[in-house]
Amino acid sequence: MISLGIEGTAHSIGVGIIQDFKGKCHVLSNLIKTYTPEKGGIHPREAANYHAAHIADLISDSVKKANLNFSDIDLVSFSQGPGLGPCLRTAATAARALALTLDKPIMGTNHCVAHLEIGKGTIDECTDPVLLYVSGANTQVIAFAEGKYRVFGETLDVGIGNCLDKFGRTVGIKFPCGPKIEEMAKKGERYLNLPYSIKGMDIAFSGLLTAAEHFFHKGNKLEDICFSIQETTFAALTEVTERAMAHTEKNEVLLGGGVASNTRLREMVNIMAQEREASFFVPSQRLCLDNGAMIAWLGFLMYENGIRMSIEESVINQRFRTDMVDVTWRG
Amino acid sequence: MDKKIIYKGAEAEIVLSRYLGEKVVQKRRIPKSYRIKEIDSFLISFRTKEEAKLISEARSYGVSVPIIYDVDLEGGVITMQYVAGRRIKDILNDLDEKERKRICIMIGESVAKLHNNDIIHGDITTSNMILLDDRIHFIDFGLGGKNSEIETKGVDLHVLMEAFESTHSQHPKCFDYVLEGYKKEFLGNTDTIVKKINDIVKRGRYR
Repeated sequence: MISLGIEGTAHSIGVGIIQDFKGKCHVLSNLIKTYTPEKGGIHPREAANYHAAHIADLISDSVKKANLNFSDIDLVSFSQGPGLGPCLRTAATAARALALTLDKPIMGTNHCVAHLEIGKGTIDECTDPVLLYVSGANTQVIAFAEGKYRVFGETLDVGIGNCLDKFGRTVGIKFPCGPKIEEMAKKGERYLNLPYSIKGMDIAFSGLLTAAEHFFHKGNKLEDICFSIQETTFAALTEVTERAMAHTEKNEVLLGGGVASNTRLREMVNIMAQEREASFFVPSQRLCLDNGAMIAWLGFLMYENGIRMSIEESVINQRFRTDMVDVTWRG
Repeated sequence: MDKKIIYKGAEAEIVLSRYLGEKVVQKRRIPKSYRIKEIDSFLISFRTKEEAKLISEARSYGVSVPIIYDVDLEGGVITMQYVAGRRIKDILNDLDEKERKRICIMIGESVAKLHNNDIIHGDITTSNMILLDDRIHFIDFGLGGKNSEIETKGVDLHVLMEAFESTHSQHPKCFDYVLEGYKKEFLGNTDTIVKKINDIVKRGRYR
């Protein structure tokens, strides 16, 4: 089966096409375009306008890149939530138009679940992982238990990516700030004490953000602050992930989301996994980002399991929680 | 001295040992090499200190907890009494309803004593309660803390409610009995806490 997926939850608009092969996911094309604000953070309406301007070309280019004709597509999937309303609506509208035009079924998927499924779908040994999903808006530790992907820990305030961006904006780094903070952190030498906030299984970043900004205004070296931010936040993320692994008795850990490209975070989670004699997986760089292929793959899994969705049911849900999805495609 | 690991969690291991001739357990926090030394040492000594403090404090308010013999902040080790009883988790389902009710009321009274003094256990499950000499002993304050908010107390009780639902689902009245005991002992307004628990249930996740 060939499935086309449209992703548009935040600042990226993506179209990906996948084909299933012996239960695994083959990515035929996966194009992404990203809206970058002139200054400040993402403006939902501006981002949606950007998506609307690019979606038609992305769809045709993605079909071309996959060496297919439109008639080869069997299913149209899209990101139903969670995300920014205007962006979600743009992607959903494009999906409906395409599905109706091609007269093919439509499938709305949960963006967070897609991040987990694409790891399982593209990495052979990855079968039942605990996912540490770290992006701009989302920071969750997710694992399969009793028929659902349950959230074992998550941020109580902002996502880790957002935390990095907010700090970057204060100190004059351009969006997206994560990669530049990572570069700076490599030159950091001194650890500055930042609040380490874990509540039960959840994490909070806002206190740390304020403290880091305070260090900056007091004239501490930016490299040292970046180093301290990374070390503190990533240690907390790794700790919550390890707790979820112990609790669920799973021995695989998967990274996902834009912040998964950070080498220090990868290193920390990898060491944690090794010490527990667990396996550590990261999907390829592009599949960690918000992308259409993961949406296409999850849509396929749902469709194959007999789930159907009418156009009327394809309304978006900005607060679509990970644990709202009945995961019927897993035994 | 013979030592035997009886439990290994994500953060710490529980070792059976001897101390001044007494049978004891040691909770040892494990250093993690994924985090830098500064953070690792801070977390281990801070959490060891906090946990030891909470346990001693709980004891002073009349809640049964293990007696603490020694605290090694640098090593992250708490040496405490071995509570040689049975876990509530293992016995609750096999009791008759009258006895189960009595035990649950005792649990509620103890939790209320903790909450009266703003002690939050953080992980009240029936695996963390041991019955010895007809008293409920609370163990593992590793996720605990001090907090006076109704929200936090509600969350604390909600954890127990979920534990009953998953481990003792065939006895649906357990949590009501706990609340009965809690009401007897709690000095604040129990109704607001019960209302809070219902709010938390509606929110979908714990917290």
